[in-house]
Amino acid sequence: MKTCLIVDDSSMIRKFLRTSLESLDFAVREATNGQEAIARCEESMPDVIVLDWHMPVMTGIEFVKLLRQGGHADQPKVVFCSTENDLDHIRTAIEAGADEYVMKPFDRETLHMKLQLVGVA
Amino acid sequence: MQISETSKRILADLLRSQTGQDFPPNRRWRVGTALSGLCREHGIANLDSLIAKLGMSQRSAQAHTLVEALLNNETYFFRDRAMFDLLAGRVLPDLAEARASTKSVRIWSVGCSSGQEALSLAMLFAEQESRWAGWTIDIVGTDVSTSVVEAARSACYTQFQIQRGLAVGQMVKWFEETPQGWRAKEKLRRMVRFEKHNLLDPPPNPAHFDIVLCRNVLLYFDDVTRARAFERLAAVLAPDGWLLLGAGETSLGQSDRIVPDRDLRGFHRLATSARAQRTADLPRRAAG
Repeated sequence: MKTCLIVDDSSMIRKFLRTSLESLDFAVREATNGQEAIARCEESMPDVIVLDWHMPVMTGIEFVKLLRQGGHADQPKVVFCSTENDLDHIRTAIEAGADEYVMKPFDRETLHMKLQLVGVA
Repeated sequence: MQISETSKRILADLLRSQTGQDFPPNRRWRVGTALSGLCREHGIANLDSLIAKLGMSQRSAQAHTLVEALLNNETYFFRDRAMFDLLAGRVLPDLAEARASTKSVRIWSVGCSSGQEALSLAMLFAEQESRWAGWTIDIVGTDVSTSVVEAARSACYTQFQIQRGLAVGQMVKWFEETPQGWRAKEKLRRMVRFEKHNLLDPPPNPAHFDIVLCRNVLLYFDDVTRARAFERLAAVLAPDGWLLLGAGETSLGQSDRIVPDRDLRGFHRLATSARAQRTADLPRRAAG
């Protein structure tokens, strides 16, 4: 079973993502900001991280930069999931190390397709 | 929402006369959903009244809107990616060799809906830039629905459409943000054109194609009409061309002229081409 870490400060989004990901046979863990996500990754690196942009304490961009600089051998796939839906933000996320980008709002099928594109579903 | 037997007959007649499509029981369950928008638009509460009002004249514009609403326009970028991987990795290199003297490739996307399949093909060529430099790539997409052909011509996609099946890297590379949505860049648009057309009618120009994609179209025809469609497809396919059908669709038992490719799943060839291929393989097999 593949593992996914959801990083989002909105409990509603986390709930939707958890339901969607569990229906796709992922074992799911959650974090509410980038700093918590680092702690979850230190415990165990997931196969994929679904990551929000704007969060208190540490943003998604700050987190993914740290993750990619960390030099972990088992780098997870990172799928950004954000309301920042313009090209500049999307380019910034890719340059920071994101593998895919989902623009909110989205549905379960779109999320599934993006997970297939990064090779985890 | 329930509909009467009379309404079902009206819809079946309209679909058949305007598109050639069948209207079997397994297609009727979604009629309520498909026509709910038209009910709201016309301020009509039940389907029978709507169908009676719009469907009375077979050739009226109103009847056409009824038919358009019934059509399944489901599509997304790189639908069935395995097939596109085979196209990019196996078929296009063969085609580049076979057409080296003319430097021209002609592709027909049948039932193109809003154009994502045709643009996915254009991306395959654009991403193999050095191989296709100086070539004429002509991808024609056709559909029986006027509204989706107009959408395809605009090459503009909503946020929902653009992220279905398309990798973000491809979106950034091949699409631009416009007030109307995410629009395919000129480099892709130059390779594609779209026409309203019914597969059962004489083919669109240039009438001969190296690759034809006819995926999830034939399943809407009854056996007799499907056999006619296979004849149409066989007539336009280049002797060494490929026909791609949808997952779960096959020519087996339905056409003598088109047969499944032995090596590429979902790909079909003219029977004459397949026989020629088997003959060419014999000495190699004997030697091996």
